[in-house]
Amino acid sequence: MDITRRRLLVLLPAAAVAWRYVLAGTPEASPNYRLTEHWWGMLIDIPKCIGCGSCVRACAEENDVPEGYYRTWIERYHVLDWPVERPEVESPNGGKYGFPPRAEDGKNFFVPKLCNHCAESPCTQVCPVGATFVSPDGVVLVDKNYCLGCRYCVQACPYGCRFINPKTKTAEKCTLCYHRITKGLTTACCEVCPTGARQLADLKNPKDPIHEFLRTHTVQVLKPHMATGAKVFYNGMDGSVR
Amino acid sequence: MFKDIEHLIRLAAVIALALAAFVILRAAVVPLSFGQYGHYRGAAISEVASRPMAFAGHEACEGCHTDVVDQKKLGKHVVVACEACHGALAKHADDPGSVQPPKLDTAVVCARCHEANSAKPKGFPQVATADHSGGLACSTCHQPHRPKIETAKIETEGKK
Repeated sequence: MDITRRRLLVLLPAAAVAWRYVLAGTPEASPNYRLTEHWWGMLIDIPKCIGCGSCVRACAEENDVPEGYYRTWIERYHVLDWPVERPEVESPNGGKYGFPPRAEDGKNFFVPKLCNHCAESPCTQVCPVGATFVSPDGVVLVDKNYCLGCRYCVQACPYGCRFINPKTKTAEKCTLCYHRITKGLTTACCEVCPTGARQLADLKNPKDPIHEFLRTHTVQVLKPHMATGAKVFYNGMDGSVR
Repeated sequence: MFKDIEHLIRLAAVIALALAAFVILRAAVVPLSFGQYGHYRGAAISEVASRPMAFAGHEACEGCHTDVVDQKKLGKHVVVACEACHGALAKHADDPGSVQPPKLDTAVVCARCHEANSAKPKGFPQVATADHSGGLACSTCHQPHRPKIETAKIETEGKK
């Protein structure tokens, strides 16, 4: 078919209309899920973590996280009697393959880390194009089709939870297994955690055990002085953890 | 009135044309769902949510493997989800006939959690596997779904 001027004039608006539907994306993936009825977070019980690395491996498998990058990771803290505020922290391969043995030489314990899904997230505020955002149900997500890969958000996250995917060259982070929690399942890391050290929490669900836990335990978030509105709550966190 | 009103009309026409071009281009380039919930593409939410799953979740396993559920209820591993040891098996859950889970090497799988480490909580059962079993598969003595060795208890009963 020859493209005449007349045909082009018809085709151009038609293409524009079609493109709008391409950009509009796929239809709702979980029809019974209501965005406004949830406010997601997580509870991490430090005294329960055994540093087995199951969460890190499960996250990598569930979300295709490239080798050497971590959406969640485990840190081993080694705290001496003094100075407590300068702990020795190590995370070989993000704790994915466990931790080598170490002598009983002070206070040693594991701290799992992941995106804190901040309500006032610094990372979404710096995005110049609106490619990352806090969803109406409180999950910090990245629109990988819109991300430029400028790395502003990687720098802005005070918790070091973001990275640039070496293949797509776009920002990547924990989605709190958004494709699972919107279908009524828990996250991959919480699913495989053998000791229950990680618990998905829906802060808008009055029946969620998180409320009872927060009432009866001394719970803290990471870097509270930064006022990020972090929603990953840590139980049993001592003064050395940062 | 104005001597050169023609100039003003042309200028107005140029501005009107530029404005129209801007409005049309903007409508074509900005995605439909941008601004639906905030300063981002609303459709991105359902795109993230439409990702396929790798882990089926223990509820999916328990529908068929009721014998294992009963075994686990008798021991401490009742709190451990199936896929914590068996790995991601959503494909098996979708098609149990053709996708079979791999056989596990208990000498490796059990050690992931139970290998002794000074940073583990003190109450958590841990062994130095080299001394404890010398590389022998844990399933030689322990039943992984119900790991406490019951026979040893029966043997010592009444001898105390």
